[in-house]
Parts: sequence; C-alpha cells; structure tokens
Amino acid sequence: MSVSVDVCDLSISFGSGATAVKVLPGVSFSVRSGECFGLVGESGSGKSTVLRCVSMLTDFWKGEVMIDGRSVRDLPLIERCRTLQMVFQDPYGSLHPRQSVRTVLNEPLVIHKLGDREERMRRAITDVGLPVSFLDRFPHQLSGGQRQRVAIARALILEPSLLLLDEPTSALDVSVQAEILNLLQRLRAERGFTYIMVTHDLAVVDHMCDRFAVMLRGEVTEILPHEAIATNGATHPYARELIGASLEYEGVR
Amino acid sequence: MTADTHPRSMPGWLIAPKNILVFLLRSPTSAFGLAVLALLILTAIFAPLLATHDPYVQALGNVLKPPGDGHLFGTDELGRDIFSRLVYGARITLTIIFLVSIVVGPIGLVIGTSAGYLGGKFDTVMMRITDIFLSFPSLILSLAFVAALGPSLNNAIIAIALTSWPPIARLARAEAMTFRNADYIAAARLQGASATRIIVKSIMPMCLPSVLIRLTLNMATVILTAAGLGFLGLGAQPPMPEWGAMIATGRRYMLDSWWLVTFPGVSILSVSLAFNLLGDGLRDALDPKQMNRR
Repeated sequence: MSVSVDVCDLSISFGSGATAVKVLPGVSFSVRSGECFGLVGESGSGKSTVLRCVSMLTDFWKGEVMIDGRSVRDLPLIERCRTLQMVFQDPYGSLHPRQSVRTVLNEPLVIHKLGDREERMRRAITDVGLPVSFLDRFPHQLSGGQRQRVAIARALILEPSLLLLDEPTSALDVSVQAEILNLLQRLRAERGFTYIMVTHDLAVVDHMCDRFAVMLRGEVTEILPHEAIATNGATHPYARELIGASLEYEGVR
Repeated sequence: MTADTHPRSMPGWLIAPKNILVFLLRSPTSAFGLAVLALLILTAIFAPLLATHDPYVQALGNVLKPPGDGHLFGTDELGRDIFSRLVYGARITLTIIFLVSIVVGPIGLVIGTSAGYLGGKFDTVMMRITDIFLSFPSLILSLAFVAALGPSLNNAIIAIALTSWPPIARLARAEAMTFRNADYIAAARLQGASATRIIVKSIMPMCLPSVLIRLTLNMATVILTAAGLGFLGLGAQPPMPEWGAMIATGRRYMLDSWWLVTFPGVSILSVSLAFNLLGDGLRDALDPKQMNRR
C-alpha cells in the first residue's frame, strides 16, 4: 500500500532566455516506503515547487522522479492519480466554493469509474472524523479545520499510497492544527501512507516526520533525522542556524 | 444520520434562487425592473386575452383616431388598434430576447472559459476573433449582417446574436483566468479530470453569475438594436407589430398623431430600463461578498 519515492537531480526554471529563473538547481532526496519526510526552509526556497513537480502539476522539469522504481512521467494519468494525491495549504482556496462536499468527493469516483460511491464517500468522510451529514454541506458552511478535513477526505477517496502535504496546517488555528496533525498521523498508522510534507514549523516536523530535508534557495542543504532537532545535530551552517532559531523561539515560548 | 439517505437533496439549489429573488425585491429599483418584466411576460402569454382588437385587421374608415373611444391607445394610419399591436409586439420582443440570450450566453461562456483556461494559441486565436467583432459598433455590424442575409426578423436575431457574444466571451475569459490557478483546479487535475471536465464542472459555475449579469444588461441593448433594425426596415417586416417598426411607420404622422410613436417608444424605454435595473440588482445579489450572508 505504501511506496518509496526517489527524487534525483530535479531541476526547473521558470521563464526563458535571459530572464529565466532557476528555481530548483538540482534537488535529490529519497523517501523510504511508509516514511514521513519533511521539507523545511524559508519562504521561496522551493519546497512547494518540489511537490508540484512530483505531482506533475508542473511538468516542464528535468531530472527524474521515481515512485516505487517507476518514473512518474511514465505512469498513466489514471494510475498516477490513484498513487499520489495532494493536500493544499489554504483550505479556503482548495475547495470549490459552489460544490457541496458530496460533489467534491463524488467527482473523482466518477472520473475513475469506481462503484459503491455512496459507501466510499461515507467511509472517506468518517475516516477524517466528520459526520456523514456533512456530505450535503457547502464549503462556506464549514470551519477552516472542517474544510481541511474535507480536503484530506478528497485526497483519500482515490486510495493513494503517497500523500503530498503542502503546509496542511499553516492556515489553521493552533488547536485545530494539532487535530489535523493527529488525524494525519492516525491515517498513516492505519493505512501506511508515505508522506512528503512541506512545512515552516520545525515543531510539526519533530512531531510528524521521520526525516527531513532543509532547503535553501532550491537546494537541499542537509537531510537529518527528526531526533537531530532537539540536539541541533545539523552540520550545515544554515541548517544549524534554522534549527537554532526554532529552538530559541520554542524555548522563549 | 438518517437525513442523508436521499442522495440528490441539495438545499442550495432551491434556497439560492429564492434568496436572490428576496434580495431583488428588497431594493425598489430592481423590484421595479422585475415587475415590468413580469408584466411583459404575462402580456406576451395572455396576448389574445388582453388585446381588444385583432392587431392585423385594418379599418380604413377609422384611421389615426386618438386614444379613447374603444381604442385605448388610438389607431394607426391603417386603422389598426395600437394597444393590441403593442400587446402582440411584446411576444416579438420576448422572442428576440430569448433567442439571442440562448445563443449568445452559451457561445460566449464556452469560448471565453476555454480560452481563459487553456490559454496558449487557442486563446490568442479566439481573442483576435473577438477583437475583430468588438472593433465595430454592434448596430453597424448587425446592419451589415442583415443587409447581407436579407431583412427579416430571424435574420435580425441572427445578426444581433453574432454581434453580442464577444463581450460575454471576454468577460468569461477574464474570470476563467483568475480561477485557473486556484488550488481547487489543481486538485481536480490531480484527480485526473480532463480539461473539458474542469471547464464545465469547475470554471463555468464560477463564471456563470457575471455572465448572467452581463447577459441581463445586454438585453437592453438587444431590445434597442432590434428596435433600431425594425425602425430601419431591416428587422420585423411590415404587418408584424414590432415596436421599432411601429415607431418607424408612425414617424410620418408624429406631428398630428403623437400616440403613434409615443406608446411603442414608452414600451421600448420601460422594458430596456427594466432590464438595466434588473441587471444592476443581480450584480448586487450575486456578488460573492454577499454569499456569506445567505
């Protein structure tokens, strides 16, 4: 049910000619099957771009992304959709404002011609801890945390094995953040998902991830196990500084 | 846990139109617009009951009679009852509006949303075509079309439709471009939805309110263009009681018999005004910022 991911020399530049901007000069990392892998770094360091490349939302990158040994480019669309799904940062922008939860969950089932739709929808919505009656609600009738749960249910409904989480909690209130993180952890324990999680928050990494990569200007400076946070075991100066700043901030709090 | 057994019970479907109606009735201007339009539609439906005379029967011994004496709005130069002709004219006006909207709305929406979502060459080609249409005043362009196709009501409708889709396509394209990068579109793409599916299911519902508003505001122009074509003899042909054509023929007798042009003129004015007011009201009612209030 879970897959490994190998990103090898992934590079992308936007624009062309003299004005081209190289956003990722060459990123490599590998995620073991069933692992939660964190991507941290300052704004603009290319974390989300990595996710968009892995998911093929942006497809003009160079390099290689292998999912369980198969290039993501060679996966047929239908199979790719059933292998990887993404949860977006802003739950207010990631749900169609005019579609009810039922429509949101039903669409992928129709596209993939899956049967037992009602049953699958009910299971997805209860899996994320919402009552079945929420199926008939519209996004503006839900709170931020509930919206993010619906977004997770939408990602779950195709039963993928790799979930790309693009700062899934940063737009939420602190108490709701904890709920969503616990939900994600429970789902991983139950289903054995592989997660790649982008975040700003090292406390989230410490809580969720097995290993994490520190990114700076599109490059992976260092890949560390999550235990390295508490002791600041980083060797790269930037990673040390980032973890140090975070520890200091946590300490003050 | 039992209320969710009927799968297609979408409360939003029924509640939204009702709320929009309530919102429109609350403001006096859009309520006026709605009232005039309701009157127009009822008049068109019940024309045979409302009309006091046959709109086509001439009475040459009874020409140019002022209002009163059995003829509510007087008679025209051929002795036909003006009130009855106005009542039947409502049918023609409604037909024009209905047919033009039914052609223009979908064409503009499809071209605009696909150009906006797909971008690239398709967008460039489509937008240059709309540019060409937009660079002529619509009345002049419809005149040219009718002149080429031959004067008749159907050709007038075709000509008006041909000239009024570009602004709608432009509007839909601009809207589509603001939504194409939204996260929910990315999510739909990740679920394997085809471009057609995304345009129809995700982009079009978002563009629909502004297109509806634009279409309603456009109806005033459509009525005026139709009346203009009728006035110039290129729209509805003589025996038909089209309002613009009635003004055109009445023009010759305007100085002595004011009722020939006044009543059709007032009808055109009030119906196009009603559409403008309704369009304004709809813009307020469908504003996304008001969505939270419902």
